[in-house]
Parts: sequence; C-alpha cells; structure tokens
Amino acid sequence: MNHAPAGHPILDPRLAPPFPQAVLPVLRNPQLRKNVAHAIDVIQSKRARLVAEKSDWQDLRTAASGLRVHVLENLAFYLEQFEANCTAAGGHVHWAADAAQARQIVLDLLRQQAANEVIKIKTMTSAEIQLNPFLEAAGVSVFETDLAEIILQLGEQEPSHIVVPALHVNRAQVREIFARRMGLPNLSDDPQELTNAARAYLRQKFLTIPTAIGGANFLIAETGGVAVVESEGNGRMCLTLPRTMITLAGIEKVLPSFQDLEVMLQVLARSATGERMNPYTSLWTGVTPNDGPQNFHVVLLDNGRSSILARPKHRQTLKCIRCAACMNSCPVYRQTGGHAYGSVYPGPIGAILTPQLMRMHYAQSLPYASSLCGACYEVCPVKINIPEVLLELRAEVTNQERGQARRFFDPMYLGLRVANLLFSRAWIFHTAQFFGRIGLRLFTRKDGWIHSLPSIGAKWTQTRDLRGLPNQTFHSWWAARQKEAK
Amino acid sequence: MRASLFITCYNDTLYPETGRAVVTLLERLGVQLDFHRGQTCCGQMHANTGFRAEAFSQAKRFVRLYQDTETVIVPSSSCVAMIRDQYPGLIEELGNDALRRQFQALLPRVFELSEFLIDRLKVEDVGAYFPHRVAYHASCHGLRALHLGDRPFRLLAKVRGLDLAPLPNLDRCCGFGGTFSVKNAEVSSAMLAVKLQDVVSTGAEYCTALDNSCLMHLGGAMHRQYAGMKTIHMAQILASTEDLPAEAAQ
Repeated sequence: MNHAPAGHPILDPRLAPPFPQAVLPVLRNPQLRKNVAHAIDVIQSKRARLVAEKSDWQDLRTAASGLRVHVLENLAFYLEQFEANCTAAGGHVHWAADAAQARQIVLDLLRQQAANEVIKIKTMTSAEIQLNPFLEAAGVSVFETDLAEIILQLGEQEPSHIVVPALHVNRAQVREIFARRMGLPNLSDDPQELTNAARAYLRQKFLTIPTAIGGANFLIAETGGVAVVESEGNGRMCLTLPRTMITLAGIEKVLPSFQDLEVMLQVLARSATGERMNPYTSLWTGVTPNDGPQNFHVVLLDNGRSSILARPKHRQTLKCIRCAACMNSCPVYRQTGGHAYGSVYPGPIGAILTPQLMRMHYAQSLPYASSLCGACYEVCPVKINIPEVLLELRAEVTNQERGQARRFFDPMYLGLRVANLLFSRAWIFHTAQFFGRIGLRLFTRKDGWIHSLPSIGAKWTQTRDLRGLPNQTFHSWWAARQKEAK
Repeated sequence: MRASLFITCYNDTLYPETGRAVVTLLERLGVQLDFHRGQTCCGQMHANTGFRAEAFSQAKRFVRLYQDTETVIVPSSSCVAMIRDQYPGLIEELGNDALRRQFQALLPRVFELSEFLIDRLKVEDVGAYFPHRVAYHASCHGLRALHLGDRPFRLLAKVRGLDLAPLPNLDRCCGFGGTFSVKNAEVSSAMLAVKLQDVVSTGAEYCTALDNSCLMHLGGAMHRQYAGMKTIHMAQILASTEDLPAEAAQ
C-alpha cells in the first residue's frame, strides 16, 4: 500500500520501525522539533486559558465521559437506530468490517457516479484505511480541501497530528510547497497571501468536482444526522456544493441524541483548538430536496473497533472524540512529533489505539512510548485513563514476548527476572547490594560518579552520570544504630 | 506516634542519606520509627514494564509485611502512587479475598512523607534551616497521582533561610519514567534536556523533590554537564538545622 520514498515516515503500523528507532531522525531534526514544540505550546496555553474560565469543567468532563461510556455499552442499539433514521431521511448506510471493505465500498460508490475526481473534508478515518493511495491507484484523483491537508498533499508529507496534521511544517515551508506545486514563484510567506493562494486553488476544485468524501465528528442516533466541526469552512463547501457526499465514520462516533451535542461540542472545541466554539459546525440529516448533496452515503467502519469494545478495561479507548489534547500535553510527543508513532494516530491516544486496532500484532513498541506522566489523562475531556490502558497493553506485550527464546538473554528481560528474584527475600536483596557495590566500583571514577556503563546501562550513561553506590545502605545504617542504642 | 518506614529499594541502595534524614526529621517531631528488615521493593519497575506477576509478588510482600503496622511512611511519591493506583488492580486480578481485605485495611495508613507531615502530624514548620536558593521539582506522580498540591510548598515556605526559586513549566515531566529512561533513552534524554534548562534557569543552588528517581535523572545530567547545581531530597532539607546542616549529615 505504502510507496513512501526512503527516509519518509511510514504511517502504517505493519511496516513502521519500532518507536525508539523511529524517533532518531526526528531527534536529529531541530527545525521539526521546534515547529512541533511551538505549535503545541500555543494550543496548550489557549486550551488552559479557556478551560480555566469554565467553573464547571470537571462536571463537563464527567458528563462527556458518562455519555461516551453509555454509548459504548449500548453501541449496537444506537448504531441500528442511526441506520434506521439516516435511511428514513434519504441516506444510505453501509457497514465495513475492515479497511479493505471500506475502501471498496467507497470506490464502488464513486464508480456508480462515474467520478474520476473527488474532493475531501479532512478525515483521520480515511487516513486510517489509506483511502487516498487506494483511490489514486484506481484512477480517481483525490483533492484534500482542509488547508493543512492541502499542505501535506502538495508537499507529499504525512500527517503528524490528528487535529493540526501539518503542525510540523512552518510558514516558510508552506510557502515553499505552495510556490513549487501551484506554480507561484513570487509567493511570500505572509499568511494572507498563503491563504489567498490556497483559496484560488480550492475554488476551482469546489466549483468543478461534484463528489465529496468526508468524516464525522458525531453521528446522532435519534435523528440519523451527522455532525462535522471545523475551523475553515472548506468542509462546509464540500457539504453544500457537491451532488454526492460519502461520509466515512468509525462505529464509535455515535451519540444518542441531538441534545448530547451540548456537552460534546463544549468540551471538544476547548480541548482541540482552545476555542469556546469552533467556527463551523455543520449538521445535516439525510437528503434535503434541492439543498446540498442529493446522494448521501455513510460508511460505518469497524476495522478492529469491536475487538476493543469486547474488552472491559480497554473499552475506554473508544470514548475518544479525537480532540488531540493528549498529544498537545504529552512531553514525549512534544519531542518527537507524530511521525515516529508510525500510525495516523500519534501521541498518547495513538499509543493505546494503534496497537489495539492492530489486535496487538503490530506497534508493540507504542505502549512503551510514554513516561507515564499522566498529563494526557488530566486533560482528556472524556476521562480516558490512558496510563492505565498503556499498562494493560505493556502487560500484554510482555506476555507475548517473554516466552520467545530470543528474549531470554535480552538485558531488559534478564534484568527484570533477576530483580524479581532479588526482591523476593531481603537477604538476597542485601547480598546483591553488597556484590553490586563491589562490581560497580570498577566503573566508579575518583569523583565518586559512574560516567559509563556497559550493556543496557550505556543507555543511561549516554547522557547522564550515576552516583556511585554509597558504602552503607540505609538498612545497615539502621541496624548499626539499633545495636548502638541497646 | 508510631510509624514504620518503607524506605524503598533505590533509596536503601543509592540514597541512604534520604532515609537517615527522614529518621532525623521524624524523630525530632516526636515520631517513634520502626523499620522492617524484610522490606525490599514496591514492584513499580516490574508493573510499569508489563511484568504483572512479578509486580504482584512484591505487592503481596508489602501487604503481608505491613498489615499490622499503624502507619507506613514512604519518602517516594512514585512508590506511593504504585501502592495506591496499581496495587488494587493487581490484587483484584491475582490475589485472594484475604489479601484484598488486608490491603484495603492497610491502604489508608500508607503516607507519602509530605502527606504524613501536613495531613497526619498537622505540621508545616518542622524547624528546619537551609540557607540556600532552592527550586522545587514536582514529580508527575506527586502532582497527578497523589495530588500533593501545595503541601511541598507549605513545608518549604516555613524553612528558615530558604529562598524558593519558582520553576517554569512545573508540571512537565523530567523524562525519567523508570525503564522508559533506557527503553526510550533518546526521547528520555531529550525531555531531560528541556527540563534541565528550566531548572538551571532558576539560578538555584539545589533542585529538590519528593522523589529521588527524578532527582537521580536530573542530578545525573547536572553532573554530566557540570551544571553547578545539586539535587537534594526534600527530607534532607526538612531535616537540616543550624546545628546539623544537610551537607554535614551526608
């Protein structure tokens, strides 16, 4: 599926290198790291300001979380209700068990319309199923209309964030991409000028291409309606001008009623972009004669979601409303950006979602791509306890790996097995401390510090020293003191 | 008041001066301390790396060892977070009813050091003297798991001579994360570099915390980079007096 050139990030968990390896090119790219840190610091401070002005923020989180839990516990009911109501309103609902099925459904719908060009609203779900390369290979030209997605498409880059997918690209780089791909050699990096260039490019697409593909922020079971929130209005253009609209949505996106948007839209806008309300919220239900697309399809995508739903401790992963507050708050993401996660879903939510969507066959390094600092859980508007799920997944990875012969002498596995033995009896622990102290003397310099260690210890000493072990442990000091007192 | 000290494996091995300072401090405040010789580790390293069965055996040892203890004091916020946040799940999954009951009875009696001082002893001024400029690093576990809030600041505010340097981006992780620091050493080091920049920018002589694991990480980088700054566990600051300053006690 992926025809990425060498050195290009691969956002396919089946092909991507493990996280510790994937971060290396990023960590050597100061411009990219600066772009990422600057962008998420700006979003985070806006978010913090707007969350602080809501005295009922914690109540909103509780309500949003409760709503999502309720939906997931009754998902089949609400999906069927959505299907019935969407169909009654003139829409067509299709069910896709996996990515291949979803891609084929979309292609068949396009063929029915004899469409060889399609415009798109930004949708992470389409990136998840690698829809664009599939359609291009089938002879359909795909045009992204979200500004950030245009930058990525024209620059032949991959998304590094789920809300602000081009956040790793700065203004000067955008200018370069637009100048080159739009044939505008005199373009400056003035934001107004860049926006005008994108507008001229887009208007022509909006006015000539009658078929659109989009995603959904929410599906409303009670009405059969779909909600899309965005900042630019280009999504709304896609929802009003074309004759045919195909919406691709994960099965977890459903909400029981229209009223539920009250809570969800409040937490989503604040968490995602640090706004009281997002500029464009589009809601539509089926087909309205002579108004908007007259041919409307919803493709409901499972692609691993029901296997997550089936596991009570893991189910909370599906509460996610894709606001990206977790990645904006994550100190790991702040250093690495999104590409290193090898998935269209990066950051803390990606670290738990991706391996589960892959049914733990791929992306096993992602649950370890966290210092477990808990910042993600603190900001999550639907209270997904990401550290808890990370630990569950780490236990699963360990159980997969520990039986493998090649792990037997892996220093991490060996070390932890030995440590378990040491901690099982105090006398064994104390003996190990004694020999450890003698052993480490070989590495301790005159200043009392260890500057370099072999094997896995070298991972520590590549950037930090370690103070040599003191001559007396606490417990032996305590024992000597007790003896003295008697 | 009687209390028992759970020193934790790495304090026992690497930072005995922290344990000695806890003893000095608490005995000065009239607490009668015990120390169970059978103690080893809380199991956090195993749990956080995915070794649940091993973590459970440490959890079981901890509960059995301390079940008859009136109060357990732990001078490490991440180990307390392990006991509070992870023991329930481990014991639920792998333990029996008797262990569950013992653990539930024990849990409310386990205190992190600053919790014990503020909530249990109801003391803010511990009579300490430490005439230095100090930056306080809030460890993630203390901040988000234990919700220590302003407790450390209330204690430091009453230390005579201490000049508290506000640390920018207080809530940002130092990048230690246990085995994360070696499994993802490059990212961990990048996070450490950012944190160290903030810490050094305070112009403090010492960086303190309620967790020696963060301090081992920060201190290791300070030493490597000749940062001209030292780390010190908060127990050592609180134990320090005119007669027995922290340096001399080491």
